[in-house]
Amino acid sequence: MLDPRTNVPPEGALVATLEGELDLASGRRLTSVEVAYETFGRLSADGSNAVLVCHALSGDSHVTSGDVGVSPGWWEPMVGPGRALDTDRLFVICSNVLGGCSGTTGPGSTDPDTGVPYGSAFPFVTIEDMVEVQRRLLDHLGIVRLAAVVGGSMGGMQALAWAKHHPERVTAVVADATTPRLGAQPIAFNVVGRRAILDDPAFAGGDYYQSDSQPDAGLSIARMVGHITYLSNESMHEKFGRRLREGIEYAYDFVNEFEVETYLAHQGRRFTERFDANTYLLMTKAMDYFDLRGESETLAEAVRGTPDRWLVTSFSSDWLFSTDQARDLAIALLAADKQVTFAEFESPYGHDAFLLEVEQQTSLLRPFLENSVRACAESLRRKEDAA
Amino acid sequence: MTAAELRRRDLARIADLVPRGSRVLDLGCGDGTLLALLRDTREADVHGVELDLANVAECVRRDIPVVQFDIDEGLPDFADGSFDIVVLSQTLQVVRRPALVLREMLRVGKRGIVSFPNFGHWKARAYLTFRGRMPMSRSIPYSWYDTPNIHLTTLKDFRAFVAANGGHIEQELPLATSRGGHQHEVALWPNLFADTGVAVVCAGAPAPRTAVRGTSQATCCGYDVDRARRTYEHGSHR
Repeated sequence: MLDPRTNVPPEGALVATLEGELDLASGRRLTSVEVAYETFGRLSADGSNAVLVCHALSGDSHVTSGDVGVSPGWWEPMVGPGRALDTDRLFVICSNVLGGCSGTTGPGSTDPDTGVPYGSAFPFVTIEDMVEVQRRLLDHLGIVRLAAVVGGSMGGMQALAWAKHHPERVTAVVADATTPRLGAQPIAFNVVGRRAILDDPAFAGGDYYQSDSQPDAGLSIARMVGHITYLSNESMHEKFGRRLREGIEYAYDFVNEFEVETYLAHQGRRFTERFDANTYLLMTKAMDYFDLRGESETLAEAVRGTPDRWLVTSFSSDWLFSTDQARDLAIALLAADKQVTFAEFESPYGHDAFLLEVEQQTSLLRPFLENSVRACAESLRRKEDAA
Repeated sequence: MTAAELRRRDLARIADLVPRGSRVLDLGCGDGTLLALLRDTREADVHGVELDLANVAECVRRDIPVVQFDIDEGLPDFADGSFDIVVLSQTLQVVRRPALVLREMLRVGKRGIVSFPNFGHWKARAYLTFRGRMPMSRSIPYSWYDTPNIHLTTLKDFRAFVAANGGHIEQELPLATSRGGHQHEVALWPNLFADTGVAVVCAGAPAPRTAVRGTSQATCCGYDVDRARRTYEHGSHR
């Protein structure tokens, strides 16, 4: 269903062409990279209020509407005037990730070497590659130092990679519903999702952009599996129970009969209208590859050189990016002598809670970011004094 | 009086006991008032442990790092001796497993500071003796069936409790609180006249007496041991 020209940025997004080539972790090289981004609020005179928001698997640069009449963003209730990420005070930047399908160079973009979409020729990307693109975007925007880098889920992994690789440009890190590395279970779910796409005949090895048929069946199954992992048993029970869509009689047929069945089918179908199967493959693989430990013996050693200020949060019913993983991160940060705040929010909504639990997240995020701007201003001042 | 209000009274006393520049962990740090004071007046590197999210938010507002752990599960994630001072301010009485919490604070901290309401105070004794009912007071204002204070202790019981859990008291500050909230140290019969106990605790047995006698400034972990011992023994003979 996805048109080859659909790797376009959301309405209102800007597109920057990065300087130079981009060498990737895989050893491959992209000769030209465009990045779609949006900004909200104003950069203060001393440049101390910039906050980078990193999006999750299916997100884009449109984190919030930012203006009347514009469609709501994926973190609308958290970002805007007077909200947790208060755009009256902060300069919020959000860009589509490398390999994405919302305006940043990805498998659906035209390969300058061939004049046709990359498809199977698009290289694998890592979380670190995504971060490198964001770093160059900040250079392009003239942002020297971030008050904070904020991310949930796969966005949280990017925040962690920022902390590890560019600590000198980050004052504070917000790692929300994320993990320093995936365990076997989340990887297993990603494997099923990828397998559904890869085995869809319409996938055609990844070169389906100019074909009549698209790997919609595979992508929608991948999304259905993914969606189950974003919910909790409790929230599914609450929302659907065993209810049938119509009546109380069983149909003895494979039509969508249970409410949960209809819901998942709907989610899967809608996803194919806005998302690219190749991007889905690349994103899940990037998450599977990510391991904050890297070469280090312990997690504590891996985070030793990271910024001082951390906010690590998780949600009680999130079994995909569980509290245990967030807690391990918090403990490693404590052992590495960081100023870390860790909290688990009570929520029935599973992993999706990071998009839904506005009030609790705001109660920590808003003051944390306020203090981070202050700390950022201080280090910028010190740097200026030193220079 | 809530734990938070009790905590506020102890603040200055506890702050006095914290050496400058210490790395401090406050167990059940509440809204972070004590840690903010220690950071601002003692240049301490402060960290809190707190269960209640509203309190965690207040700590974040004060720019105090705090982790939401349940101290009743111990502190398995903290390395031995990773803090100079571990504070347990008006929290001992509300934990489910006080012995575990004490042992953990002795392990994680080079030294612990504990404050608690003294149930041996004469008013509590008189209340029970003369009214025949469970004592309620300004510092213990709850009915027995509806109280967060599930492990009340006296100064004497506390001494035995510390010894039984492999620690010793370096310094004991029995405090009496006036109506205005001012606290002064009680020299005479502390277990009877102090409404609050503040104690500096340390792992292991006290240093042998002969080792410190005759030195002008006998200290254990930086504390005036002679003074601490005088207080301790003075108290323990009651």
